[in-house]
Amino acid sequence: MANKYGFFLGCIMPLRYPGIESSSREVLKSLGVDLVDMKGASCCPAPGVTRSFDQNYWMAVAARNLAIAEKMGVDIVTICNGCFDTLFETAHKLNHDPEARKKVNKILKDATGIEYNGTVNVRHFVELLYRDVGLEAIKSKVKGGKNLKAAVHYGCHFLKPSNVKKIDDAERPHVFDDIVEAAGMTSVMYKDKGMCCGAGGGVRARTPDVALKMTAENLKNMQAAGVEVIVDCCPFCHLQYDVSQPQLKDMPNKIPVLHLSQLLGLAFGMEREKLGLEVHQTKVNL
Amino acid sequence: MSNLAEAKEPNPEFTRKVVESGGKTVNLCFQCGTCTGSCPSGRQTAFRIRKVVRRAQLGFEEDVLPSDDLWLCTTCFTCYERCPRGVEIVDIVMALRNMAVKKGYMAEPHRKIAELVSKTGHLVTLREEDKALRAKLGLEPVPPTVLSDAKALEEVKKIAVLCGFDKLIIPGAK
Repeated sequence: MANKYGFFLGCIMPLRYPGIESSSREVLKSLGVDLVDMKGASCCPAPGVTRSFDQNYWMAVAARNLAIAEKMGVDIVTICNGCFDTLFETAHKLNHDPEARKKVNKILKDATGIEYNGTVNVRHFVELLYRDVGLEAIKSKVKGGKNLKAAVHYGCHFLKPSNVKKIDDAERPHVFDDIVEAAGMTSVMYKDKGMCCGAGGGVRARTPDVALKMTAENLKNMQAAGVEVIVDCCPFCHLQYDVSQPQLKDMPNKIPVLHLSQLLGLAFGMEREKLGLEVHQTKVNL
Repeated sequence: MSNLAEAKEPNPEFTRKVVESGGKTVNLCFQCGTCTGSCPSGRQTAFRIRKVVRRAQLGFEEDVLPSDDLWLCTTCFTCYERCPRGVEIVDIVMALRNMAVKKGYMAEPHRKIAELVSKTGHLVTLREEDKALRAKLGLEPVPPTVLSDAKALEEVKKIAVLCGFDKLIIPGAK
Protein backbone atom coordinates (compact mmCIF):
# COMPACT_ATOMS: atom_id res chain seq x y z
CA MET A 1 0.00 0.00 0.00
CA ALA A 2 1.23 3.39 -0.99
CA ASN A 3 0.89 5.41 2.16
CA LYS A 4 2.03 8.85 1.09
CA TYR A 5 -0.56 11.12 -0.45
CA GLY A 6 -0.87 14.65 -1.71
CA PHE A 7 -3.39 16.22 0.67
CA PHE A 8 -5.87 18.20 -1.41
CA LEU A 9 -7.30 20.98 0.75
CA GLY A 10 -9.99 22.54 -1.43
CA CYS A 11 -11.79 25.63 -0.07
CA ILE A 12 -14.43 25.07 2.63
CA MET A 13 -12.20 22.95 4.86
CA PRO A 14 -9.12 25.20 5.13
CA LEU A 15 -11.09 28.47 5.07
CA ARG A 16 -14.30 27.78 7.01
CA TYR A 17 -13.72 24.61 9.05
CA PRO A 18 -9.97 24.38 9.61
CA GLY A 19 -10.73 21.98 12.49
CA ILE A 20 -11.53 19.39 9.83
CA GLU A 21 -8.05 19.97 8.42
CA SER A 22 -6.23 19.65 11.74
CA SER A 23 -8.28 16.54 12.61
CA SER A 24 -7.66 14.95 9.22
CA ARG A 25 -3.95 15.57 9.42
CA GLU A 26 -3.66 14.11 12.91
CA VAL A 27 -6.02 11.17 12.43
CA LEU A 28 -4.44 10.05 9.15
CA LYS A 29 -0.95 10.42 10.62
CA SER A 30 -1.86 8.25 13.59
CA LEU A 31 -3.14 5.61 11.15
CA GLY A 32 0.15 5.58 9.24
CA VAL A 33 -0.96 7.66 6.24
CA ASP A 34 1.59 10.35 5.35
CA LEU A 35 0.22 13.56 3.91
CA VAL A 36 2.25 15.99 1.86
CA ASP A 37 1.01 19.45 0.93
CA MET A 38 0.19 20.18 -2.69
CA LYS A 39 1.74 23.62 -2.88
CA GLY A 40 0.00 26.01 -5.23
CA ALA A 41 -3.17 23.89 -5.60
CA SER A 42 -6.45 25.77 -6.07
CA CYS A 43 -10.17 25.11 -5.79
CA CYS A 44 -10.79 21.65 -7.31
CA PRO A 45 -12.85 23.52 -8.93
CA ALA A 46 -16.30 22.92 -7.46
CA PRO A 47 -18.59 20.85 -9.67
CA GLY A 48 -21.81 22.77 -8.94
CA VAL A 49 -20.49 26.25 -9.53
CA THR A 50 -17.87 25.70 -12.22
CA ARG A 51 -18.70 22.47 -14.09
CA SER A 52 -22.23 23.86 -14.44
CA PHE A 53 -20.88 26.95 -16.17
CA ASP A 54 -18.07 25.68 -18.38
CA GLN A 55 -16.92 22.06 -18.43
CA ASN A 56 -13.72 22.88 -20.33
CA TYR A 57 -12.59 25.38 -17.69
CA TRP A 58 -13.63 22.98 -14.92
CA MET A 59 -11.54 20.17 -16.35
CA ALA A 60 -8.51 22.36 -17.13
CA VAL A 61 -8.27 23.70 -13.56
CA ALA A 62 -8.78 20.18 -12.20
CA ALA A 63 -6.05 18.89 -14.53
CA ARG A 64 -3.67 21.51 -13.16
CA ASN A 65 -4.31 20.18 -9.64
CA LEU A 66 -3.72 16.62 -10.83
CA ALA A 67 -0.49 17.74 -12.54
CA ILE A 68 0.80 19.17 -9.24
CA ALA A 69 0.41 15.74 -7.59
CA GLU A 70 1.91 14.01 -10.62
CA LYS A 71 5.00 16.18 -10.45
CA MET A 72 5.35 15.29 -6.77
CA GLY A 73 4.97 11.59 -7.61
CA VAL A 74 1.99 11.02 -5.32
CA ASP A 75 -1.68 10.10 -5.53
CA ILE A 76 -4.23 12.50 -4.07
CA VAL A 77 -6.42 12.15 -1.00
CA THR A 78 -9.34 14.46 -0.27
CA ILE A 79 -11.81 14.67 2.60
CA CYS A 80 -14.45 16.46 0.49
CA ASN A 81 -17.08 14.92 -1.79
CA GLY A 82 -17.05 17.89 -4.17
CA CYS A 83 -13.27 17.87 -4.57
CA PHE A 84 -13.42 14.09 -4.90
CA ASP A 85 -16.01 14.31 -7.65
CA THR A 86 -14.13 16.89 -9.69
CA LEU A 87 -10.69 15.34 -9.32
CA PHE A 88 -11.83 11.72 -9.63
CA GLU A 89 -13.99 12.38 -12.69
CA THR A 90 -11.25 14.41 -14.34
CA ALA A 91 -8.58 11.77 -13.63
CA HIS A 92 -10.97 9.05 -14.82
CA LYS A 93 -11.43 10.90 -18.10
CA LEU A 94 -7.86 12.07 -18.66
CA ASN A 95 -6.12 8.88 -17.49
CA HIS A 96 -8.05 6.82 -20.05
CA ASP A 97 -8.69 9.19 -22.94
CA PRO A 98 -5.52 10.42 -24.71
CA GLU A 99 -7.52 12.73 -27.00
CA ALA A 100 -9.15 14.52 -24.06
CA ARG A 101 -5.75 14.75 -22.37
CA LYS A 102 -4.22 16.28 -25.46
CA LYS A 103 -6.94 18.91 -25.58
CA VAL A 104 -6.57 19.85 -21.90
CA ASN A 105 -2.78 19.80 -22.09
CA LYS A 106 -2.79 22.47 -24.78
CA ILE A 107 -4.35 24.86 -22.26
CA LEU A 108 -2.33 23.54 -19.33
CA LYS A 109 1.01 23.87 -21.11
CA ASP A 110 0.23 27.40 -22.14
CA ALA A 111 -0.90 28.44 -18.66
CA THR A 112 1.56 26.54 -16.48
CA GLY A 113 4.37 25.15 -18.64
CA ILE A 114 3.60 21.59 -17.48
CA GLU A 115 1.36 18.86 -18.82
CA TYR A 116 -0.66 16.12 -17.15
CA ASN A 117 0.40 12.62 -18.20
CA GLY A 118 -2.51 10.68 -16.74
CA THR A 119 -0.84 8.86 -13.84
CA VAL A 120 -2.57 10.16 -10.70
CA ASN A 121 -5.20 8.25 -8.70
CA VAL A 122 -7.67 10.20 -6.59
CA ARG A 123 -8.79 8.79 -3.25
CA HIS A 124 -11.57 9.79 -0.88
CA PHE A 125 -10.39 9.40 2.70
CA VAL A 126 -13.43 7.31 3.74
CA GLU A 127 -12.68 4.84 0.99
CA LEU A 128 -8.94 4.98 1.80
CA LEU A 129 -9.68 4.25 5.47
CA TYR A 130 -11.97 1.37 4.58
CA ARG A 131 -9.88 -0.27 1.87
CA ASP A 132 -6.27 0.47 2.83
CA VAL A 133 -6.15 1.28 6.54
CA GLY A 134 -8.86 -1.18 7.58
CA LEU A 135 -11.44 -1.32 10.34
CA GLU A 136 -9.19 -3.24 12.75
CA ALA A 137 -6.51 -0.53 12.64
CA ILE A 138 -9.17 2.08 13.36
CA LYS A 139 -10.59 0.03 16.27
CA SER A 140 -7.11 -0.33 17.74
CA LYS A 141 -6.79 3.46 18.02
CA VAL A 142 -10.09 4.06 19.81
CA LYS A 143 -9.51 5.25 23.36
CA GLY A 144 -13.06 4.74 24.58
CA GLY A 145 -15.47 7.60 24.97
CA LYS A 146 -19.18 7.72 24.45
CA ASN A 147 -21.11 5.39 22.18
CA LEU A 148 -23.27 7.90 20.30
CA LYS A 149 -26.22 7.24 18.03
CA ALA A 150 -24.97 8.61 14.73
CA ALA A 151 -26.74 9.66 11.55
CA VAL A 152 -24.22 8.87 8.86
CA HIS A 153 -24.58 11.19 5.87
CA TYR A 154 -22.74 9.92 2.80
CA GLY A 155 -23.55 12.90 0.63
CA CYS A 156 -23.83 12.46 -3.11
CA HIS A 157 -20.48 12.61 -4.83
CA PHE A 158 -18.56 10.19 -2.65
CA LEU A 159 -20.30 7.15 -4.15
CA LYS A 160 -22.17 8.49 -7.16
CA PRO A 161 -22.09 8.08 -10.08
CA SER A 162 -21.38 4.52 -8.92
CA ASN A 163 -20.54 3.24 -12.40
CA VAL A 164 -17.49 5.52 -12.32
CA LYS A 165 -16.65 5.64 -8.60
CA LYS A 166 -17.06 1.87 -8.01
CA ILE A 167 -16.74 2.14 -4.21
CA ASP A 168 -19.96 0.81 -2.74
CA ASP A 169 -23.63 0.23 -3.53
CA ALA A 170 -25.12 3.69 -4.02
CA GLU A 171 -28.53 2.69 -2.60
CA ARG A 172 -27.41 0.56 0.35
CA PRO A 173 -23.86 1.54 1.16
CA HIS A 174 -22.02 0.38 4.27
CA VAL A 175 -18.36 1.49 4.15
CA PHE A 176 -18.87 4.79 5.99
CA ASP A 177 -21.23 3.24 8.58
CA ASP A 178 -18.66 0.51 9.23
CA ILE A 179 -15.97 3.11 10.00
CA VAL A 180 -18.29 5.04 12.33
CA GLU A 181 -19.10 1.80 14.14
CA ALA A 182 -15.41 0.86 14.31
CA ALA A 183 -14.95 4.19 16.11
CA GLY A 184 -17.32 2.95 18.81
CA MET A 185 -20.52 4.65 17.62
CA THR A 186 -23.85 3.17 16.58
CA SER A 187 -24.93 4.05 13.05
CA VAL A 188 -28.69 4.50 13.11
CA MET A 189 -30.95 3.90 10.10
CA TYR A 190 -33.22 6.83 9.30
CA LYS A 191 -35.81 7.60 6.67
CA ASP A 192 -34.41 8.57 3.27
CA LYS A 193 -30.86 8.08 4.43
CA GLY A 194 -28.79 8.80 1.34
CA MET A 195 -30.76 11.87 0.34
CA CYS A 196 -28.82 14.95 -0.73
CA CYS A 197 -28.17 17.57 1.98
CA GLY A 198 -29.68 20.13 -0.41
CA ALA A 199 -26.64 22.31 -0.99
CA GLY A 200 -25.13 20.79 -4.14
CA GLY A 201 -25.24 21.74 -7.79
CA GLY A 202 -25.20 25.45 -7.05
CA VAL A 203 -28.63 25.22 -5.37
CA ARG A 204 -27.42 26.61 -2.04
CA ALA A 205 -25.90 29.66 -3.77
CA ARG A 206 -28.80 30.39 -6.12
CA THR A 207 -31.88 29.26 -4.15
CA PRO A 208 -30.88 28.89 -0.48
CA ASP A 209 -34.55 28.52 0.54
CA VAL A 210 -34.90 25.38 -1.58
CA ALA A 211 -31.64 23.98 -0.20
CA LEU A 212 -32.85 24.64 3.33
CA LYS A 213 -36.12 22.75 2.74
CA MET A 214 -34.18 19.64 1.72
CA THR A 215 -31.86 20.00 4.71
CA ALA A 216 -34.84 20.43 7.06
CA GLU A 217 -36.43 17.24 5.73
CA ASN A 218 -33.23 15.30 6.35
CA LEU A 219 -32.89 16.75 9.85
CA LYS A 220 -36.48 15.83 10.67
CA ASN A 221 -35.84 12.25 9.58
CA MET A 222 -32.61 12.08 11.59
CA GLN A 223 -34.30 13.47 14.66
CA ALA A 224 -37.18 11.01 14.37
CA ALA A 225 -34.60 8.22 14.57
CA GLY A 226 -33.24 9.67 17.81
CA VAL A 227 -29.72 10.42 16.64
CA GLU A 228 -27.24 12.34 18.80
CA VAL A 229 -24.75 13.36 16.13
CA ILE A 230 -24.61 13.81 12.36
CA VAL A 231 -21.44 12.49 10.78
CA ASP A 232 -20.53 13.70 7.29
CA CYS A 233 -17.60 13.16 4.95
CA CYS A 234 -17.82 16.44 3.04
CA PRO A 235 -17.20 20.00 4.30
CA PHE A 236 -19.98 21.35 2.09
CA CYS A 237 -22.64 18.96 3.49
CA HIS A 238 -21.08 19.75 6.88
CA LEU A 239 -21.58 23.48 6.35
CA GLN A 240 -25.13 22.98 5.13
CA TYR A 241 -26.17 20.95 8.21
CA ASP A 242 -24.22 23.16 10.59
CA VAL A 243 -25.36 26.62 9.47
CA SER A 244 -28.93 25.61 8.62
CA GLN A 245 -29.96 24.40 12.06
CA PRO A 246 -29.88 27.81 13.78
CA GLN A 247 -32.21 29.05 11.00
CA LEU A 248 -34.82 26.37 11.70
CA LYS A 249 -37.10 27.83 14.34
CA ASP A 250 -39.29 24.71 14.54
CA MET A 251 -36.33 22.58 15.49
CA PRO A 252 -35.65 23.45 19.13
CA ASN A 253 -33.26 20.58 19.77
CA LYS A 254 -30.25 20.78 17.50
CA ILE A 255 -28.06 17.89 16.39
CA PRO A 256 -24.29 18.48 16.51
CA VAL A 257 -22.50 17.99 13.19
CA LEU A 258 -19.09 16.35 12.94
CA HIS A 259 -16.96 15.57 9.93
CA LEU A 260 -15.69 11.98 10.16
CA SER A 261 -12.16 13.30 10.79
CA GLN A 262 -13.44 15.16 13.87
CA LEU A 263 -15.40 12.13 15.09
CA LEU A 264 -12.30 9.96 14.75
CA GLY A 265 -10.26 12.68 16.47
CA LEU A 266 -12.63 12.52 19.44
CA ALA A 267 -12.62 8.72 19.48
CA PHE A 268 -8.81 8.59 19.26
CA GLY A 269 -8.52 10.94 22.23
CA MET A 270 -7.21 13.90 20.26
CA GLU A 271 -7.15 17.18 22.19
CA ARG A 272 -10.59 18.74 21.87
CA GLU A 273 -9.04 22.16 21.18
CA LYS A 274 -7.50 20.74 17.99
CA LEU A 275 -10.89 19.87 16.51
CA GLY A 276 -11.87 23.49 15.82
CA LEU A 277 -15.41 22.97 17.11
CA GLU A 278 -15.86 26.58 18.23
CA VAL A 279 -16.66 27.74 14.69
CA HIS A 280 -19.57 25.33 14.42
CA GLN A 281 -22.81 27.31 14.44
CA THR A 282 -24.70 24.32 15.81
CA LYS A 283 -23.10 23.86 19.20
CA VAL A 284 -21.15 20.63 19.69
CA ASN A 285 -21.86 19.55 23.26
CA LEU A 286 -20.63 15.98 23.06
CA MET B 1 -52.13 22.88 -21.17
CA SER B 2 -51.18 23.47 -24.78
CA ASN B 3 -53.54 22.34 -27.52
CA LEU B 4 -52.60 20.97 -30.91
CA ALA B 5 -52.78 24.36 -32.59
CA GLU B 6 -50.03 25.56 -30.27
CA ALA B 7 -47.90 22.43 -30.47
CA LYS B 8 -44.30 23.21 -31.29
CA GLU B 9 -42.18 21.49 -33.85
CA PRO B 10 -39.24 19.52 -32.47
CA ASN B 11 -35.86 21.04 -33.21
CA PRO B 12 -33.40 18.17 -33.83
CA GLU B 13 -30.59 20.64 -34.33
CA PHE B 14 -30.71 21.67 -30.66
CA THR B 15 -31.01 18.04 -29.54
CA ARG B 16 -27.88 17.27 -31.54
CA LYS B 17 -26.05 20.08 -29.74
CA VAL B 18 -27.09 18.63 -26.37
CA VAL B 19 -25.76 15.22 -27.44
CA GLU B 20 -22.46 16.74 -28.57
CA SER B 21 -22.08 18.77 -25.39
CA GLY B 22 -22.11 15.68 -23.17
CA GLY B 23 -25.80 14.70 -23.11
CA LYS B 24 -25.18 11.74 -25.38
CA THR B 25 -27.86 9.54 -23.78
CA VAL B 26 -30.68 12.07 -24.04
CA ASN B 27 -32.57 10.14 -26.74
CA LEU B 28 -32.76 6.98 -24.65
CA CYS B 29 -35.31 8.52 -22.29
CA PHE B 30 -38.84 7.05 -22.55
CA GLN B 31 -40.36 9.42 -19.98
CA CYS B 32 -41.15 6.90 -17.24
CA GLY B 33 -40.64 9.50 -14.51
CA THR B 34 -38.41 7.42 -12.21
CA CYS B 35 -36.12 10.45 -12.16
CA THR B 36 -38.79 12.86 -10.94
CA GLY B 37 -39.95 10.30 -8.39
CA SER B 38 -36.41 10.10 -7.02
CA CYS B 39 -35.63 13.81 -7.04
CA PRO B 40 -35.07 15.46 -3.62
CA SER B 41 -35.41 18.93 -5.11
CA GLY B 42 -38.66 18.07 -6.90
CA ARG B 43 -40.14 17.09 -3.53
CA GLN B 44 -39.85 20.66 -2.36
CA THR B 45 -40.61 22.54 -5.58
CA ALA B 46 -42.44 22.29 -8.91
CA PHE B 47 -39.18 21.24 -10.57
CA ARG B 48 -39.67 18.13 -12.70
CA ILE B 49 -36.41 16.77 -14.08
CA ARG B 50 -38.33 14.47 -16.47
CA LYS B 51 -39.67 17.56 -18.22
CA VAL B 52 -36.20 19.06 -18.55
CA VAL B 53 -35.03 15.89 -20.28
CA ARG B 54 -38.14 15.88 -22.52
CA ARG B 55 -37.54 19.47 -23.59
CA ALA B 56 -33.93 18.67 -24.37
CA GLN B 57 -35.05 15.62 -26.35
CA LEU B 58 -37.50 17.64 -28.43
CA GLY B 59 -35.07 20.50 -28.85
CA PHE B 60 -37.27 23.08 -27.13
CA GLU B 61 -34.34 25.38 -26.56
CA GLU B 62 -36.34 28.44 -25.52
CA ASP B 63 -38.26 26.45 -22.89
CA VAL B 64 -35.21 24.91 -21.32
CA LEU B 65 -32.25 27.30 -21.44
CA PRO B 66 -33.77 30.39 -19.76
CA SER B 67 -35.65 28.23 -17.24
CA ASP B 68 -35.04 28.41 -13.49
CA ASP B 69 -35.76 24.68 -13.34
CA LEU B 70 -32.40 23.95 -14.86
CA TRP B 71 -30.77 25.30 -11.70
CA LEU B 72 -32.85 23.41 -9.14
CA CYS B 73 -30.96 20.15 -9.69
CA THR B 74 -28.48 19.49 -6.86
CA THR B 75 -26.63 17.01 -9.11
CA CYS B 76 -27.21 14.32 -6.47
CA PHE B 77 -27.16 11.58 -9.14
CA THR B 78 -30.09 9.68 -7.61
CA CYS B 79 -32.03 9.80 -10.90
CA TYR B 80 -28.89 8.91 -12.83
CA GLU B 81 -28.42 5.82 -10.63
CA ARG B 82 -32.05 4.70 -10.93
CA CYS B 83 -32.82 5.43 -14.57
CA PRO B 84 -33.94 2.13 -16.17
CA ARG B 85 -32.67 3.34 -19.54
CA GLY B 86 -29.22 4.43 -18.40
CA VAL B 87 -29.84 8.06 -19.26
CA GLU B 88 -26.96 10.08 -17.83
CA ILE B 89 -29.30 12.78 -16.58
CA VAL B 90 -26.76 14.87 -14.66
CA ASP B 91 -24.56 15.01 -17.77
CA ILE B 92 -27.56 16.34 -19.70
CA VAL B 93 -28.19 18.97 -17.02
CA MET B 94 -24.54 20.01 -17.17
CA ALA B 95 -24.62 20.24 -20.97
CA LEU B 96 -27.78 22.38 -20.81
CA ARG B 97 -26.37 24.61 -18.08
CA ASN B 98 -23.19 25.21 -20.07
CA MET B 99 -25.33 26.16 -23.08
CA ALA B 100 -27.49 28.46 -20.95
CA VAL B 101 -24.42 30.21 -19.54
CA LYS B 102 -23.05 30.73 -23.06
CA LYS B 103 -26.33 32.46 -23.89
CA GLY B 104 -25.82 34.75 -20.91
CA TYR B 105 -28.08 33.08 -18.36
CA MET B 106 -26.21 33.15 -15.07
CA ALA B 107 -27.75 34.16 -11.75
CA GLU B 108 -25.90 36.88 -9.83
CA PRO B 109 -24.92 34.66 -6.85
CA HIS B 110 -23.41 32.16 -9.28
CA ARG B 111 -21.61 34.89 -11.18
CA LYS B 112 -20.05 36.14 -7.95
CA ILE B 113 -18.74 32.71 -6.98
CA ALA B 114 -17.44 32.06 -10.49
CA GLU B 115 -15.65 35.39 -10.39
CA LEU B 116 -14.13 34.56 -7.01
CA VAL B 117 -12.85 31.20 -8.26
CA SER B 118 -11.39 32.64 -11.45
CA LYS B 119 -9.72 35.58 -9.71
CA THR B 120 -8.61 34.11 -6.36
CA GLY B 121 -8.44 30.39 -7.14
CA HIS B 122 -10.85 29.61 -4.28
CA LEU B 123 -14.61 29.87 -3.90
CA VAL B 124 -14.50 31.45 -0.45
CA THR B 125 -12.24 34.18 0.90
CA LEU B 126 -9.49 34.00 3.51
CA ARG B 127 -10.49 36.26 6.43
CA GLU B 128 -8.39 37.40 9.37
CA GLU B 129 -10.43 35.19 11.70
CA ASP B 130 -9.64 32.15 9.54
CA LYS B 131 -5.92 32.86 9.78
CA ALA B 132 -6.18 33.22 13.56
CA LEU B 133 -8.07 29.97 14.00
CA ARG B 134 -5.71 28.12 11.68
CA ALA B 135 -2.74 29.32 13.71
CA LYS B 136 -4.44 28.28 16.94
CA LEU B 137 -4.99 24.80 15.51
CA GLY B 138 -1.32 24.50 14.61
CA LEU B 139 -1.91 24.99 10.88
CA GLU B 140 -0.14 27.48 8.63
CA PRO B 141 -2.20 30.68 8.92
CA VAL B 142 -2.35 30.96 5.12
CA PRO B 143 -3.09 27.56 3.51
CA PRO B 144 -0.32 26.25 1.23
CA THR B 145 -2.43 26.78 -1.89
CA VAL B 146 -2.67 29.56 -4.49
CA LEU B 147 -3.34 31.77 -1.46
CA SER B 148 0.34 31.68 -0.59
CA ASP B 149 1.78 31.41 -4.09
CA ALA B 150 1.35 34.35 -6.48
CA LYS B 151 2.82 32.48 -9.45
CA ALA B 152 0.40 29.60 -8.97
CA LEU B 153 -2.50 32.02 -8.83
CA GLU B 154 -1.39 33.57 -12.12
CA GLU B 155 -1.55 30.12 -13.71
CA VAL B 156 -5.11 29.58 -12.56
CA LYS B 157 -6.14 33.02 -13.79
CA LYS B 158 -4.54 32.31 -17.14
CA ILE B 159 -6.58 29.11 -17.51
CA ALA B 160 -9.75 31.21 -17.10
CA VAL B 161 -8.62 33.52 -19.91
CA LEU B 162 -7.54 30.67 -22.21
CA CYS B 163 -10.92 28.94 -21.74
CA GLY B 164 -12.86 32.15 -22.19
CA PHE B 165 -14.28 31.68 -18.68
CA ASP B 166 -13.54 35.31 -17.78
CA LYS B 167 -15.88 36.40 -20.61
CA LEU B 168 -18.73 34.22 -19.32
CA ILE B 169 -18.84 35.96 -15.97
CA ILE B 170 -19.08 39.58 -16.99
CA PRO B 171 -21.58 41.42 -14.76
CA GLY B 172 -24.99 42.24 -16.15
CA ALA B 173 -25.61 38.89 -17.81
CA LYS B 174 -29.23 37.69 -17.87
